[in-house]
Amino acid sequence: MSSLNPVIPLLREDRMPHIWCPGCGIGTTVNCFARALTDSGLDLKKTAIVSGIGCTGRVAGYMKLDSFHTTHGRAIPFATGLKLANPDLKVIVYSGDGDLMAIGGNHFIHAARRNIDLTIICVNNLTYAMTGGQVGPTTPEPALVTTAPYGAFEHTFSLPFLADSCGAVYVARWTAYHVRQTAVAMKEALLKKGFSFIEILAPCPTQYQRRNKLGDSLATMQYYREKSVVKNGADTRSTGIEFQSEIVCGKFVDRERPTWLDAYNNRHATAIGASYRPYPWRD
Amino acid sequence: MRSDPVGVLTGRHYLDGNHACCEGALAAGCRFAAGYPITPSTEIVERMAKRFPGVGGLFIQMEDEIAASICLQGAVWAGKKALTVTSGPGLSLMMEHVGYAAITETPCVFVDVQRGGPSTGLPTLPGQADMMQARWGSHGDYEIIALSPSSPQECFDLTIDAFNLSETYRVPVMFMMDECVGHMTERVDIPPADEIQIVPRRYTAKPPDQYQPYAPGENMVPDMVKAGDDYRFHVTGLTHDERGYPAIDAPTQDRMVRRLVDKVRKQADRIVRIEEDQVDGADVVVVAYGITYRVALRAIAMARQKGVRVGSLRLLVCWPFPEQRIRELSGRVRAIVVPEMNLGQMYYEVERCAAGRSRTVLVPHAGGTVHDPGVILEAIMEAAR
Repeated sequence: MSSLNPVIPLLREDRMPHIWCPGCGIGTTVNCFARALTDSGLDLKKTAIVSGIGCTGRVAGYMKLDSFHTTHGRAIPFATGLKLANPDLKVIVYSGDGDLMAIGGNHFIHAARRNIDLTIICVNNLTYAMTGGQVGPTTPEPALVTTAPYGAFEHTFSLPFLADSCGAVYVARWTAYHVRQTAVAMKEALLKKGFSFIEILAPCPTQYQRRNKLGDSLATMQYYREKSVVKNGADTRSTGIEFQSEIVCGKFVDRERPTWLDAYNNRHATAIGASYRPYPWRD
Repeated sequence: MRSDPVGVLTGRHYLDGNHACCEGALAAGCRFAAGYPITPSTEIVERMAKRFPGVGGLFIQMEDEIAASICLQGAVWAGKKALTVTSGPGLSLMMEHVGYAAITETPCVFVDVQRGGPSTGLPTLPGQADMMQARWGSHGDYEIIALSPSSPQECFDLTIDAFNLSETYRVPVMFMMDECVGHMTERVDIPPADEIQIVPRRYTAKPPDQYQPYAPGENMVPDMVKAGDDYRFHVTGLTHDERGYPAIDAPTQDRMVRRLVDKVRKQADRIVRIEEDQVDGADVVVVAYGITYRVALRAIAMARQKGVRVGSLRLLVCWPFPEQRIRELSGRVRAIVVPEMNLGQMYYEVERCAAGRSRTVLVPHAGGTVHDPGVILEAIMEAAR
């Protein structure tokens, strides 16, 4: 049927309508993700998605895959166990900036360092949206948020720089405006072996744009269109984001490093010798 | 089902409790462990790092205990039997994921080699003060199962039971060792693999279109699936319905939480495990567990020499608590004496179940060393008067 939305087979229709607000950017990223999954040719039987807590944390529950909605900040270590226990699975972590980078920051840096074979998709709306718009590690000065009522003032993380410096093998950033580029990047990340990371800037009209008098999501799309600069291969030290500033987009990192499991097997084979049987054992 | 001989180190060994616990896990079919080093439990993860690669298993040292306690649950949903290992401060960090295992009904084992607390406390010295945390430490209503070994042999035997119970009831099982049992070295007999009974995971026989992940099955426990088998199932730490879908309402909460609690409470008779000696006709019964039980045996022997009729009741399973048995005994004995390496935890369960029908006497100890048997003896003699 030509009228059928091509992403529908990948969604749990019995869970619709979703909880996201009108104008929210998360659904746009899910659309890109569904297309990327289809285009990647991955075996969806062997594909699992893991989320933490928050608005983006609800993505896992809407995807018709083996899906896990875990605890706040802990999607990555759960995904690590899932992947290492069955390396035949493709495991995606899909969560928000607060979940992955504040409460989950320690897990993010160590999984990147270890090069666990996971794809991490971080929807960055610059705030804690589900709890009502609080300050987070990506909220730029002087954005108004409920726990920084005089304006945010802390230094922020640049997520591509963080991922790059910790060892991620694939790092890209796009916005919810760049749907084609996002879908292509997601496909590349899904097919990349190792710790791949994509940040997608997305509007939160309810908690961020409205409070900062930035208009609706259409205005945010205009902002993304006008202020995004595509710089593939850019030095990630130059990818910082300030309040309504230029947003450097593109693919910044695409390199090879042994995964944790490759390194694990190599080390044991070297130390133990010919009697070592690589993990996982296949009968 | 019999144990896989690949993981079973059959023979007579001289092991400490920590090493024996690792061997018990392997014999139980555990092939995934996530840990973080902490005294006095570290020897367990050290042995796992050494042993697991040779049996097709995998050990990973995570960045902290929070990560370890959720990593192992990911492994369970991929089809492995898995455990994590820690001591007091790490157990505190893991509590959120004890709750996650409870609500998602993820079978897994948390080993706690207890030391003195609170906080950093006595890293190298024993305590038994995590017993209430083991039961109540995560927020919300749920039930767990907890076991307490008294010897290296039991660190082996009961670790197997811990895995079997976690699979049968789909609950996190807390394996409550203590520093003394963990570091005490004794003979450990590991039987042939075909003499070790293993409870396999109960996977659904239903096809995906008829399967509901949280529809109660045998013993109120749902049948499981694992990732990669095309069931496209959902697991969440939110209150969920039988489909596994979030349902944020009071009726679903009531149905879900009651089942999580009832599957243990209403089947407690099948889970409770105690060991009694000379309880019939006793004037005084000593209730103890872990290393303190062995210290109490010395005091009991001394009391018997003085002519006191004293029996013992040992808790092998601490949670669920043997409420019914304590109720029965309390009507027949003069006093129940409870020595434990804390200032009163399991004691209050004894007091609650005795309900004034017999005296209950706590012999507290803040930890750092075991009780002086003389102090327990004094309590027995006083109680017998």
